[in-house]
Amino acid sequence: MDSVTQLQGQLVDYTTSLFNEGYLNDQYTQLQQLQDESNPDFVVEVVSLFFEDSERLLNELDRALDQQSLDFRRVDSHVHQLKGSSSSIGAQRVQNVCIVFRNFCEAQNVEGCLQCLQQVRHEYSLVKNKLETLFKLEQKLLAARGSIPTQ
Amino acid sequence: MVFGASSSSSKGMTSIDKRNDGNNNFVAERNLSALIVDDDLIVRRIHTTLLTKLGVKTQGVENGKKAVDLFQSGDFFDLVIMDMEMPVMDGPEATKQLRAMGIGSMIVGVTSRNLESEKQAFMGAGLNDCYVKPLTVDDMIAILNKLNNN
Repeated sequence: MDSVTQLQGQLVDYTTSLFNEGYLNDQYTQLQQLQDESNPDFVVEVVSLFFEDSERLLNELDRALDQQSLDFRRVDSHVHQLKGSSSSIGAQRVQNVCIVFRNFCEAQNVEGCLQCLQQVRHEYSLVKNKLETLFKLEQKLLAARGSIPTQ
Repeated sequence: MVFGASSSSSKGMTSIDKRNDGNNNFVAERNLSALIVDDDLIVRRIHTTLLTKLGVKTQGVENGKKAVDLFQSGDFFDLVIMDMEMPVMDGPEATKQLRAMGIGSMIVGVTSRNLESEKQAFMGAGLNDCYVKPLTVDDMIAILNKLNNN
């Protein structure tokens, strides 16, 4: 089995595992469908936007939840945005924590919110890691394909 | 211009194929234009790319007021994709204002939650339809086919 076939197999397996383990859902597939020759880096670009957005929002949440008197509306607003961007790229597990997080905000439950912040940070770093690994595999495959002489 | 929905073999995904494959295709009589109204940059990016890929000339703004301003300044769009929750002016308010101005464009609302009560309230502002965001390829094709038929 040549390296391209091997890498292709690895990529398929890895991607499938991400879906099976619930890290990604069908929305990610939608993004892949939008990528084409006129938009060759679409998925990476949108996912990068998600990374930037999430990091900013997580920092805002840290600040908001560190106050003496919690402004739940402010916290909820940040979580709403995080839920939106995670659902846009299909980051299912992050999205799910955000849903629970919003419920705690509505109930004005401080403990619940603090727990959710920890959880959402955890899920975010997991999916970030997974996606970065996925992109690296894709790059390796592209490079391997590129080095094969045309027949 | 043809909007087609053809299913590919795996997972029943719809491929965006501008060629006429004989399945559920309509030919647009003219070039369509769309306005994406959403405060979320990622959603705007996705919806813009989706519509552009389907051959629709697309512009994006981040709140309802900017949308209303554009129409007031004489710009016209066949289709408006209107987010519900936005700062400055939200979707329902912007929709009401556009309808009050006599704008007959197709206005499709998008909400982040699939709550019937929310969608009904938003529809009441004057929408033609309401979906949960982000819109899928199938959603967009359905919307454009409807627009084409009007």
